[in-house]
Amino acid sequence: MKVVLEHLTKQFPSLDKKNKTGVIAVNDFNFEIPDGKLIGLLGPSGCGKSTTLNLICGLQKPTSGRIWFGETDVTDLPVENRGVGLVFQNYALYPHLTVQQNIMFPLENLKGKDKLSKEVMKEKALEAARLVQIDHLMDRKPSEMSGGQQQRVAIARALVKRPRVLLLDEPLSNLDARLRLQTREEIRRIQKETGITTVFVTHDQDEAMSISDMIVVMEAGFVRQIGKPQDVYDDPVSLFVAKFLGTPPINVFNGEVRHEKLYIGSECVLETPGVPDQEVSVGIRPEGFVLDEKGAFTTSLQAVEVMGRDVSIVSTHPQSANVTIRSIISSDHKIDTASGKVRFSLKPHKVFIFHKETGDRIPFTCHTEPGLA
Amino acid sequence: MEQKSMKGWLYLLPALIFLGVFMVYPLADVFVYSIEEGYNSASQTYYGVGGYNFSYVLHDPYFLQAIKNTFLLVVITVPISTGIALLISLGLTSITKFRDFFQTVFFLPYVTNTLAIGLVFMILFKKTPYSDGMVNMLISAVGGSTIDFIDGPYWAKMFVLCFYTIWIVMPFKILILTSALVSVNQDYYNAARVDGTSKSRIFWKITLPMISPSIFYLIITGFIGAFKAYSDVVALFSTDLNAAGMNTIVGYVYDMLYGNSGGYPSYASAAALILFVIVLTITCINMLVRRKHVYI
Repeated sequence: MKVVLEHLTKQFPSLDKKNKTGVIAVNDFNFEIPDGKLIGLLGPSGCGKSTTLNLICGLQKPTSGRIWFGETDVTDLPVENRGVGLVFQNYALYPHLTVQQNIMFPLENLKGKDKLSKEVMKEKALEAARLVQIDHLMDRKPSEMSGGQQQRVAIARALVKRPRVLLLDEPLSNLDARLRLQTREEIRRIQKETGITTVFVTHDQDEAMSISDMIVVMEAGFVRQIGKPQDVYDDPVSLFVAKFLGTPPINVFNGEVRHEKLYIGSECVLETPGVPDQEVSVGIRPEGFVLDEKGAFTTSLQAVEVMGRDVSIVSTHPQSANVTIRSIISSDHKIDTASGKVRFSLKPHKVFIFHKETGDRIPFTCHTEPGLA
Repeated sequence: MEQKSMKGWLYLLPALIFLGVFMVYPLADVFVYSIEEGYNSASQTYYGVGGYNFSYVLHDPYFLQAIKNTFLLVVITVPISTGIALLISLGLTSITKFRDFFQTVFFLPYVTNTLAIGLVFMILFKKTPYSDGMVNMLISAVGGSTIDFIDGPYWAKMFVLCFYTIWIVMPFKILILTSALVSVNQDYYNAARVDGTSKSRIFWKITLPMISPSIFYLIITGFIGAFKAYSDVVALFSTDLNAAGMNTIVGYVYDMLYGNSGGYPSYASAAALILFVIVLTITCINMLVRRKHVYI
């Protein structure tokens, strides 16, 4: 089932009586979620991603705009008739019911001709439990299970009615790091197995990038960029998106374009043909640095962290917007720590320049960097 | 380590002394009195030790009447007041307009002077040379015959007592239940809505189990409170409760100590111990039921 969001806007009334405009949580959201795909809604806290999820789910009504499930307009359909499954951040499992009773709960609500017999319900509950691999825990109460297991029960409960769309609200943020990795792969597997169109909200870019077919990056109610995770990473439209994706995060510098050359401080690091003279923000991905004794870019070395396969060089630069610069290079390289300086040349496709005020990306094409020429 | 625990005990000492003098010693004393037969408070002598005091109390028609009254009061008021409080709390939490206003209104009896409340009940129920009371005016307005609620038939007096008790315990129950209802995580309701759960099913399957700890707390404290009823009864029917046939167990204990028929600390102690056993039993039963039906 594809899901289409058309000019979706949600405005919350202001609690402050003097300022009547209120808060626009979601602003003109347009997106067609392809059938059977896993979509990651990504953004910092308060960017409107959970509101978007609630709008799709029907727990909240949009101020304007339409929502389509396939060819059906569901904008005015109440939540129970939309056929969605929702998994909450805190799971919202009923603490007084066993796993089986929790999973059967949605089925027991069916009335009239849809009413199921006890046996069928049990069978369906077991089927859902098998899918998330908790069928051996059917008689436990939620309090007797780990966070990861509770999360699986919540997913089973959302899936048991065979929803047309599965919605997950920060499904992993209550889990510890190891479980988080495990569970996100579980979610991916379950989604692939069931083929249900899934929207999944997270503020963790790692999570979104690793399992989503597509990610939607939101900021302050606006959709900033939509695309495949790798595409968004390689080709961010703005400084915000560039900063939001990637661990370690992108390094940002104050730079200047003069005569189609990019300067950071006094060093000319890159040629930027076609870019008019201006001050810019320069973003360099950690993997965009190449150790090079003749490189054009010099930083003061702080520390070298060896992380097995890679080496992370922590250094500083007066023009850096962050306290430290983190660059990742292959551990084959020898690093001379004696001088206290490191020289890099830069991989041009890992360097982005952004408009100083708006943060919009300024495109340029460059194939050679001065240092290597 | 040794010194540390000494310090701890030292901190506890004031409370321990206080509790010992005013709680533990009297409790032990009650037990001693209750088995001393023919105790004379003037000469502080007794004939012997045994169960006669209990036997006397249990054969005293006034005590049996007091037990009957107390049980009726408990059985009628606790479920009704908890039920009505639950309904009002559900109403309060589901409205947004005027919620604060109504919350205040419902809480007013809790902070109102007992005398003022007594006056209101007098206006409502008491027959005076000038008026039959508001309730009787209503009854005669719809064509019924008037009843003396304070000095009349047993059921009428019981009705007034129950009415008063329910009314006086309501604010506290509403306070506890509204705060229990608001503290139920909204996600449970959202999850239920997504699953298309009907309103009644949400109430029975989610709301009620979620607030069941508070309900059981109210039932247990309600039971204990109603068993200890005395001052309200005096306020309504004056001090000669045995004559009015409206005595309660605590009232009986008081009468045995200080009332017109008083001066019998042994009988009073025996009656007090019987009350203690009853309350203990009922609380234990409550706890057992709670373990079965309350999820936490």
